[in-house]
Amino acid sequence: MIAEFGYGIALVSFIVAVYSIVAAVYGAAAPRKSASLVESARRAMLLTFPLITLSAAALIYLLVNNHFEVSFVYEVTSISMPTYLKVTAWWGGQAGSLLFWSWLLAAFASAVTLRKWDRDIEFLPWVIMISSVTLVFFLGMVIFYENPFTRFWLVNGNVEPHMFAPANATVFTPQDGNGLNPLLRHPGMVIHPPMLYLGFVSYVIPYAFAMAALITGRTDDRWIRLTRRWSLWAWLFLSFGLVLGGRWAYDVLGWGGYWGWDPVEIAAFMPWLTGTAFLHSVMIQEKRGLLKHWNMILVILTYALVIFGTFLTRSGVLSSVHAFANSPIGPLFMTFVSATLIASIALVIYRWPDLRGETEMKSMLSREALFLLNNLLFMSVLVICFWGVIFPLISELFTGQKVTVGPPFYERATAPIFAALMFLMGVAPLSAWGHSTLKTLGRAMWKSALAALVVTVVLFATYTKNFIALIGFFLIALVLLVTFQEFWRGTRARQRSQKENFFTSLSRLMGRNRRRYGGYIIHISMMLMAIGILGIEIFQTSTQGSLAQGEALDISGYTIKYRELASWDDQGKGVNFTRASLDVYENGIYLGELNPRIDFYFDSQQNMTIPGNRSTLRDDLYILLVDWQPVSNMGATFKIFVNPLVNWLWIGSLLFLLGVIFAAWPDRDATEETSRRGVTRQASQASAAD
Amino acid sequence: MKKIFYTLTFILILGVMFTGAAFAQGELPTDDEVNAVAHQLYCPVCQNTPLDVCPTDACRDWREQIRGMLAEGKTEDEILQYFVDQFGDRVLSAPPVSTKFNWIIYIIPPLIILAGAIILFRSLKEWTTPKATEAAAVEDGSGSSSPSDDYVARLEEELKKQK
Repeated sequence: MIAEFGYGIALVSFIVAVYSIVAAVYGAAAPRKSASLVESARRAMLLTFPLITLSAAALIYLLVNNHFEVSFVYEVTSISMPTYLKVTAWWGGQAGSLLFWSWLLAAFASAVTLRKWDRDIEFLPWVIMISSVTLVFFLGMVIFYENPFTRFWLVNGNVEPHMFAPANATVFTPQDGNGLNPLLRHPGMVIHPPMLYLGFVSYVIPYAFAMAALITGRTDDRWIRLTRRWSLWAWLFLSFGLVLGGRWAYDVLGWGGYWGWDPVEIAAFMPWLTGTAFLHSVMIQEKRGLLKHWNMILVILTYALVIFGTFLTRSGVLSSVHAFANSPIGPLFMTFVSATLIASIALVIYRWPDLRGETEMKSMLSREALFLLNNLLFMSVLVICFWGVIFPLISELFTGQKVTVGPPFYERATAPIFAALMFLMGVAPLSAWGHSTLKTLGRAMWKSALAALVVTVVLFATYTKNFIALIGFFLIALVLLVTFQEFWRGTRARQRSQKENFFTSLSRLMGRNRRRYGGYIIHISMMLMAIGILGIEIFQTSTQGSLAQGEALDISGYTIKYRELASWDDQGKGVNFTRASLDVYENGIYLGELNPRIDFYFDSQQNMTIPGNRSTLRDDLYILLVDWQPVSNMGATFKIFVNPLVNWLWIGSLLFLLGVIFAAWPDRDATEETSRRGVTRQASQASAAD
Repeated sequence: MKKIFYTLTFILILGVMFTGAAFAQGELPTDDEVNAVAHQLYCPVCQNTPLDVCPTDACRDWREQIRGMLAEGKTEDEILQYFVDQFGDRVLSAPPVSTKFNWIIYIIPPLIILAGAIILFRSLKEWTTPKATEAAAVEDGSGSSSPSDDYVARLEEELKKQK
């Protein structure tokens, strides 16, 4: 009953969304334009949100109340799961997560259509059309291919999944469900997919506006101004989703790392790359009126990669540890991505002459030129990632030989590019819009560069002789110093002119230039993350050994002594816990106890390896229980990692979050959106402030 | 060979059962030595998981096989080659350049990036050097940038004052 209701409502929202496309296009493009038809399309668009909410509510009801006759519920929940996990199981499987995607999209599209449109009314029908086309595609997937409401039916003694009752069939209800994959029961995994999806879905909005601008021919930078905050929030969600995924991997995947260059991770990373490039290059368009073609192409690519990313995580075509699902929807996704990509690029080509730059670039060292270089570097990483992800398919297609493209490929190829990006991060903030010369740049930079060199020499003498690490630390120090110098310079200049004290000046300066200083905070946080990444990538040490009770193992100054092992069942949770107790000493001083464990889930018959982790700013001692003998006093095998500096990765990501929120926070004064020329003047004042 | 492997695992199991810490003693390679080789291999069944961290039983057996081969005195390359012969190129962490086809994975990205760089620098140059033909157009005021900039700026100033 509830299942039919949920399905029926999904079907209705599909029809409503189709109607909104037709009404929007007809209202805007028919010979006699009809504002009321567009208004009707807008209302239809708004209606999809409550409708999909109802459908989702039906699904959540089924999930929470153990309706195992519904195959999706059977696959992702079990009686022993706590209620909050049953709710989040909504996005724990393919069919549910497609509905989740649609729901988010309907929410965002509704939010957009509720804004004041007076100045931009010509965009409205096209924004509705683009969002609705995307929505129709996802709802279509839900209704025709990946229906979360399908039930099990007993037909002539066989159990078959169908939406509607076949002849002579009765509903079949299994005793208990499969239960969610234990890896997905981690708190990080509860919020990681929604974060990624929020990021994915929010990027549909800037894309919809870009297409609206192309279709209407209003190709100035209005669309960019309208969607600036959207793309920042989208970027925030996507970035945070990536970080959460990393933290989750570190905590439960049990390989001592946070990022494995798995195709699914890369699938989420690729839109982030174009999104980051976009974030930088829109500034050039806003301030200098350049790069209009390029911004269009970036937003189109981001949209395509978002859909491609959803498809990669969901289709299982490129099987990977994340690909929990296999389904026939791959070709459909590919068709949709290709069709939208081709149509969008065709539109850009059609409007090519209208998108010409308004001013000229004056110097190869101007900030806009350096931003372009930044874009080139981000695109290079994208090319490497994309190629690495699809090469196994190409190889299989042409030679029949399956190959693996693993971390060594990506690391070697992208490391120099990331280093170049860091260097740019150190230079670009000091260059001015319009033009800079080597001389002005050198004058602004030499102090920071010198100080960074001193830091590097000190590190060489005290910490490491590793050449690559030293280059990395030099760049990190350079960026940090340059960025701090920027804060200092701006604040001092303001202090002098406004006669305020230092902190008032700093906070006002930052408050008035949210994007600029938010951006700098993000740069600083990136450098903290870089410290963590360098630490774990270059200085990680590990060892593995089997210990009998009372035996100890040494690694990097730590002594780990195996005390005991306990194994017990928790029937209520449906889990068997096996937990080792280890005493940790450093240079003879007792530091505490660590408890790596293995959780075995009865319902899904799967293991989860939970590390025992002692985390400090200097390093993480990360211990995994690999194996144990049936009689616990005989011995157990442990894998031990020492991950230096890795905590800075997580500290950096928290600061990152603050930075983006700071940059994206709505200004008190909404009319502050100054024109491009006004901003240029402010910017040149700010950068000429010393 | 298989026989040796089985005997070795048998000894291994016996050792573990009776002393609890047989790994540390005797001639058998340590876990770290095994992992050093296994880390370069990818699990043939569960994709994208390095063999040294893969928790499945199959992988455990493969690691023991590596231990056996190391004990026999085989070199790292020989062991890697053995796995490639058994399961194909996909057990390696990156496509080997032994086949001509695999070269494209290493060639295409630099080519695309290079092309991008060339396009970028050419357009930068085009933008930064004032063009004679367009300068002429600027002369008659149609494509002008800086004068109209000032004009628009002044206009906006005026508009702001009126608000």
